[in-house]
Amino acid sequence: MSTTVQSAETRTTSRPGRRRRRTANTGQGRRAFFLVAPTVLLLGVVIVYPLAKAIILSFQKDAGLDPSTGMFVEGGSAGLDNYKHWLLAQCSTPTGSIPCPPGNIGSLFWPSLGVTAFFTVVSVGIEVILGLWFATIMNREFRGRGLIRAAILVPWAIPTAVTAKLWFFIFAYNGIFNRLLGVVGVNPLIWTGDTWPSRFAVIIADVWKTTPFMALLILAGLQLISADVYEAAEIDGASRWQTFRRITLPMIKVPLMVAVLFRTLDVLRIFDLPYILTGGGGGSGHATTTLSILVIKQIREGFHSASALSTIVFLIIALVAFLFIRFGGADVVQRPPKSGRDEKPALAKTATVESTAEGN
Amino acid sequence: MVTATLPGTDRPTVTHEPHHKTSRWRDVRAYAGLLLIVVWGLAPFYWMIVTAFRDVGYTFDTTPWFTHVTLDNFRTAFATDRGNHFAQALVNSAIVGIVTTVLAMLVGVFAAYAISRLQFVGKYLVLGFILGASMFPGVALVSPLFQLFSSWGWLTGYNYQALILPDISFALPLTVYTLTAFFSEMPWDLEEAARIDGCTQGQAFRKVLLPLAAPGLFTTAILAFISAWNEYLLASQFATAKTQPVTVAIAGFTGAQPHQEPYTAVMAAGAIVTVPLIILVLVFQRAIVSGLTAGGVKG
Repeated sequence: MSTTVQSAETRTTSRPGRRRRRTANTGQGRRAFFLVAPTVLLLGVVIVYPLAKAIILSFQKDAGLDPSTGMFVEGGSAGLDNYKHWLLAQCSTPTGSIPCPPGNIGSLFWPSLGVTAFFTVVSVGIEVILGLWFATIMNREFRGRGLIRAAILVPWAIPTAVTAKLWFFIFAYNGIFNRLLGVVGVNPLIWTGDTWPSRFAVIIADVWKTTPFMALLILAGLQLISADVYEAAEIDGASRWQTFRRITLPMIKVPLMVAVLFRTLDVLRIFDLPYILTGGGGGSGHATTTLSILVIKQIREGFHSASALSTIVFLIIALVAFLFIRFGGADVVQRPPKSGRDEKPALAKTATVESTAEGN
Repeated sequence: MVTATLPGTDRPTVTHEPHHKTSRWRDVRAYAGLLLIVVWGLAPFYWMIVTAFRDVGYTFDTTPWFTHVTLDNFRTAFATDRGNHFAQALVNSAIVGIVTTVLAMLVGVFAAYAISRLQFVGKYLVLGFILGASMFPGVALVSPLFQLFSSWGWLTGYNYQALILPDISFALPLTVYTLTAFFSEMPWDLEEAARIDGCTQGQAFRKVLLPLAAPGLFTTAILAFISAWNEYLLASQFATAKTQPVTVAIAGFTGAQPHQEPYTAVMAAGAIVTVPLIILVLVFQRAIVSGLTAGGVKG
């Protein structure tokens, strides 16, 4: 770490902190190093090391029976075979690679990616719309605020495993959901069994559980907007849509994009809900198999191949996070303005919008 | 960083000044909206509680209030004759949750202090690394750790560390960035003031800073504990029959007959697992909301 370079000169100063003013930066650098090191080290042990290990494992063969000889063979180097297994749906045989036969888990990568992407787009889309709506409703003075806040935190606090079991009961064929649908004249659906109903069952349960989080983050953003801005807009005769489009949306862009980023990454790694609610099944058996479920299904069949898949999942998620932060305005690491990134600090944005709103 | 008015603080918020003609209509709509939010949050939870207290023979009775009330489901939930060990699972979840929280707090508090208080080279690299860690997919840990843990013999018996270590991977980043957000809003100048008034550094810390930081520390600990208590993916792979936490126990609850879901008992178990969290949420909702949004909104 670069702080060690500086620490040599500070060795003569008595105790860090006592003569802070003279050696402010060097002393702080050295102290910071010791304060931050345990966290970085521990995260290195629990994240970086397993990740590196997974990448190494992913280039080795799974041990198993060699179909040509019937003998148990140890792994050995697999080259890119494990990746080809998932990305190209190729299964390796002693005579070379062949397209995986139907029903082989290797052919499930692209469908799982599709299901995961579908969940992500639909869930996050609905959550943004509902979250904006909820946040707008909550963003005013009223009695019993604490009650509303507690009520909206309930879905968030319930463990996902319990949420899944709860919705499994609600979605049962004789359950309350089908009963309520019957009231409006819809025939009962097999929510946790059929292809599309099971997919929407996962989405409904996910939206129920996570819209509160979205709404609270958006609300936090809304509360940064000064009432003056709205007054000015109203005096200038702006319509409600114009006010929303030109004032609210630009001013909550950063918290909204941060919320969307976190939720997107959450749904991309979604596991508990589809796994417990539908077993990853539905329809022909894979209607709700997400990428994470596919990794877990593979693990007991061979963790070298599972490692390749989990590495692919990691890369997909890292790529999405990068795109969001770089191009989507999800400014999660907020640097001071002088550090030379192109984003303007939030304060400057506020000032700009305020002046344009008043200047209209 | 600019201090934000978090939704947790009850400062006056934006109120539109409606035209008088429409003001009553707007009020009606606003309260209808608030009612909708309450129903959204509570209705499925209410259904879980109603079912938890309903006789198993009336599982699919859709009467919307408490009928055929019984405590049998709670007895069934704790019964061990069908291979469910729910009481043990509660203990396990508490052990894993508390140890994970304490570890993450002990380590994370120093990093958060450094990031929010000190200037040092590589600060944003560290912050980026920690945020990256919080976005890391847990499933990518499973296959390498599965291999390591099984070769170390951690996948049998009372090896709680096989659950606690992987949980650190999400609890520690969460702790660091929530605490960083709290710390950067603290009036640190008071430390200097206390020193000038004759406090030693230790006294300034104990008597001035600690009481100020306590709400933030406490909120962060609650968030970390809830995240560990609710974890399922890693636990479902690394828990043994002995260390199984509640999430895994509930997901695998077996009834009297195979293939017949013991709905009412599962709802009872779910209620037991959830009610402590709901109480935490009711008591500390303001602090929890500010902790939840602290990572996202820094102005």
